[in-house]
Amino acid sequence: MKNFVQLFVQIDRTTKTNEKVDALAAYFNEASDEDKLWTIAIFSGRNPKRIVKTTQLKQWAAESAGIPYWLFEECYHIVGDLSETISSILPDYSSASSLTLAQWIKQMQWHEQVAEEIKKKWIVDAWKQFTKEERFVFNKITSGAFRMGVSTKLMVKALSKHTKLHENKIAHRLMGNWNPYTITYQELLFNEDGADELSKPYPFYLAYAVEGEVHELGDISNWQAEYKWDGIRCQFIQRKQQTFIWSRGEDLITEKFPELMAIGNQLKYDAVIDGELIGYKENAVLNFNHLQTRIGRKNVTAKVLQEVPAVIFAYDLLELDGVDMRQKPLVERRALLAKLVEETNVPQLKLSPVVEADTWEQLIQIRSLAREVNSEGLMLKQQQSIYEVGRKKGSWYKWKLDPMSIDAVMIYAMRGSGRRANMYTDYTFAVWNDNGELVPFAKAYSGLTDKEMAAVDAWIKQHTIDKFGPVRSVTPELVFEIGFEGINYSTRHKSGVALRFPRILRWRQDKKKEEADTLATLKTLIK
Amino acid sequence: MQNNQLIQFTDHGMYVPQADVYIDPWKPVTRALITHAHGDHARWGMKHYLAHEQSIPILKRRLGPQQFESIAYGKPIQINGVEFTFFPAGHVLGSAQIRVAYQGDVWVASGDYKTIDDGISPAFEPVKCHTFITESTFGLPVYNWKPQVDIMEQINAWWRANAAAGKCSVMFAYSLGKAQRILQHLDHHIGQVLVHGSVQNMNEAYEEAGVHLKPTKKVDQSFDKNIFKTALVIAPLSAEGSLWMKKFEPYTTAVASGWMGLRGAKRRDSADMGFVLSDHADWQGLNSAVKATGAQRILVTHGYTAIYAKYLTELGYDAQEVATRFVGEQPEAEKQEEGKEGQP
Ligand SMILES: [Zn+2]
Ligand SMILES: [Zn+2]
Repeated sequence: MKNFVQLFVQIDRTTKTNEKVDALAAYFNEASDEDKLWTIAIFSGRNPKRIVKTTQLKQWAAESAGIPYWLFEECYHIVGDLSETISSILPDYSSASSLTLAQWIKQMQWHEQVAEEIKKKWIVDAWKQFTKEERFVFNKITSGAFRMGVSTKLMVKALSKHTKLHENKIAHRLMGNWNPYTITYQELLFNEDGADELSKPYPFYLAYAVEGEVHELGDISNWQAEYKWDGIRCQFIQRKQQTFIWSRGEDLITEKFPELMAIGNQLKYDAVIDGELIGYKENAVLNFNHLQTRIGRKNVTAKVLQEVPAVIFAYDLLELDGVDMRQKPLVERRALLAKLVEETNVPQLKLSPVVEADTWEQLIQIRSLAREVNSEGLMLKQQQSIYEVGRKKGSWYKWKLDPMSIDAVMIYAMRGSGRRANMYTDYTFAVWNDNGELVPFAKAYSGLTDKEMAAVDAWIKQHTIDKFGPVRSVTPELVFEIGFEGINYSTRHKSGVALRFPRILRWRQDKKKEEADTLATLKTLIK
Repeated sequence: MQNNQLIQFTDHGMYVPQADVYIDPWKPVTRALITHAHGDHARWGMKHYLAHEQSIPILKRRLGPQQFESIAYGKPIQINGVEFTFFPAGHVLGSAQIRVAYQGDVWVASGDYKTIDDGISPAFEPVKCHTFITESTFGLPVYNWKPQVDIMEQINAWWRANAAAGKCSVMFAYSLGKAQRILQHLDHHIGQVLVHGSVQNMNEAYEEAGVHLKPTKKVDQSFDKNIFKTALVIAPLSAEGSLWMKKFEPYTTAVASGWMGLRGAKRRDSADMGFVLSDHADWQGLNSAVKATGAQRILVTHGYTAIYAKYLTELGYDAQEVATRFVGEQPEAEKQEEGKEGQP
C-alpha cells in the first residue's frame, strides 16, 4: 500500500503530464503484477466492490475520533469529501502496514460478507495502521469512490514505457469490460485470445474543436463534412453472432437498446461501426433529452420503445469481417461503410449523411442552420485520415455552433466539494417571471477565473441572507451570463425548463439585476 | 451580552467600560490594548496603544509613529481599578493574552494563540480565569498539526530536492511570525536564505526586540542569478504571481499555512506545494487551552465559532459565539491580512 499511496501523492501533487507518466512508469517498474493490475483498474474507474455503507463509515469514524456525530457531519460539510474527513479527524499514526495494494483489496473481499461487527473492527483497526494519506486512499478504495486525474492517455503512455508495447496496442488492450477480479495482468496486456476479446471495442478517435477560421484548414475538397449529432457516441460491435454496443464512456449499453439487435441480425459480415446512437422518429432526429430519459431507466418498456425509438447514425467502419480497417484512409472506409449500410438495409442503421459544399462560405451557411435538424454543428474530417487513437490534433475537427446564452441573477451559493471545499463555487441562477419574481432555472459552476471566483466567494460571505447546511441564500444582485447547449420543457423544474450543460460564460459586472433576462425570453429558445 | 459584564462586545471592539479601554479595537478609540501586531488586531488610528514590549518594534514599522506604551509579561498594571496583565500567547513575537481582573472577576482575552512552542515566541502560558475569550480559527477536529520538526523536515527536504534540480524555492508565508519561524528552523547548509523586503522589515523588528535570527539576505538587483538556483526565498503571499518573482526563474513555489491541511485549500492555491504550518492552535490545542484556564464561561470568536461553541456547550461549558471583525473564516485570511500591511 505504501508504494501505491506514494504514487498517489506524486500524481496528486503535480499537474505536469510528464511527471505523472514518470511516476506511474517508475511505480510499474517496481510493483508486482497483482499491484499493477489493480492500479490500472483503480485509475481507470474499475473500483473494487464497495464493502461498506457511507453511514456506517461516518458513525465508526466519529466514534473512533471520540467526537459527537453532528460534529463529524459539520466537518464533512466543510471538507466536502468523506474519505478526507475521516482521514483528517484521526491522528496521523505512523505507517504500520506492510500489506500491498492487492493484498489489502484481497482482505477487503474477505470482509465483504462478514457480520457488521467484524467488518467494523477490520476497518477501524486498519485506520490505526495508516498515516493520514494512507488512510485517505484506503477510504477511497473501501468506499468505492476512488477517482483520480489519470486519463487513459497517461496510463497508456506509462504502460508503454514500462512494457515497451506500442501505445495504440495498449490503448486497445485496456478497453472493454475486463474484470480485475478474474483477469491477470499478463492476460490483460499480453493475451490476445482471452474471453473478453470478442466484446472489446477500439479506442475512439476524438476530435479537437476548430481554432480560428475554417479557411485555414486549406482546400475544402480535402475535407469531408458531416453533421455532429447530439446523442450517444458509440461502437456497434458484431462478432461471431454476438452484438455489443459500447458508449464512449466505456459502458456496455447493449441491453438498453433491444431494437438495435435488428442490425446485428441483418449484417452480412462481422463488423465494428463507430456511430451516434440517437432518438429518431418520423424521419427526424429527436432532442437529446428524450434519449436521456431512456438511459436512466432500468426497464425498457414498450411505451419507451414507441416514444423514443433508437437508431444508429453510422460515422465510420473500424473492422470488417475480422479485419482492422483503421489504417485505411477515410474515403475508403466511408465507401465500404456506405455499402455495408445499404446492404444491411434495416431502419435502425443509417449512414450519417455527408454535407456537400463547394466553398467554406457555403459550409458556414449550412452550419448556422444545423440546429434545425437537431444537430450541434459539423464535423470536419480529412479525406485521407486514418482512424486514430484518442484525442489527436490534425485530421478531425468538431465545429460546433456557439452555445445559447442568457443573463441571470445568482440567488443561492453552495460550497464546492473536494478541492473547493472552503469556497462557494456552485451557484443557482434565476430569471424574472411575469410577476416580477426571480425563478431559479439552472445550477452552474466554473467558467470564472480564480480571481473572479475568489471575489464572488468573498461577496457571498458578506451578502448571505440565510444558511442551510452547505447552501447560502444571497442578496439577488450579481448577474452572470449563462451558456448552455440545449433547452427543453420540464415538469420536474420549478421554472418549467431544463437546460443542457449550463455553465457560466461571464460575470456581467456591467449589469444590474433588473437587466437580467426573463423566463419568457428563455422559453423562446425552446424549439 | 449584559451591560454589567467586565468585557463587552461593541461596534468598536472588545470594551472594558470600568477602565474605558478597548482590546484590539477595529475603530479608532482613545486607549487600545493590543494582543499582537497582526493587521486584524492592531489597527491604525488609536490615540494611545499599549502592547507587549516585543510587539512595539513591529507595531512601529506597521503603524508608523504613534503613542506606544510597552508592558512586560506577568507585570500587572492598574487602570481605574481594573488590573490588566499580559501573558505569552505563543502566536508571534510579542503576542499576548490579556488578563483582566476586577473585584474578583477574572477574564482572559486570548487574541490569537498556539499551544506548541515554536522556538521563537515565548511559549503559550495557560492563565486561570472565569471567562475565557478564545479564537477558533481552526476549531474543527479535522485540523491536527504535526510536530514542527516534522514539518520543517518536509520543508528542508523540498528545498534540498529543488536545489539539486537547480530550481529556486519560493516559500510564501506571513511576513510577521511565520517567516521568522521558518527561516530559523531551515537547514542553512542547503543554500542561501533570501527574503522579500516586507519579511526583511519584520526581521529587523525581531532583531530590535532582541531576537537573534539566522542570517538572511534581502533580495535586490545585485544578486548573481546563480545564487537563486539553490536559494530559498521567503516572501509574503501577496508576492505570489507578481513581477518580482520573475528574477527567480526557474523556480517552484510553496505555501506554509494551516489551511494546507485540507486538500481543497491546497489544490485551490496556485502554489506547487503546501506545508501545514500554523501559528494558531489546532483542535487539540484549543481544547487543552480551554480546559487549562479552568473557566466555566467560554466566548468563542473568529473561526468556526458556532460549531466550536456548540461543542463546548455539550461538554458542559457556558459557551457562546461572539461576532468580531478578526479575520478567521476564510482561508484567504492570511492573504487579506498581508494586503493590509502598513498604513491604510
Ligand atoms: Zn494573528
Ligand atoms: Zn486573529
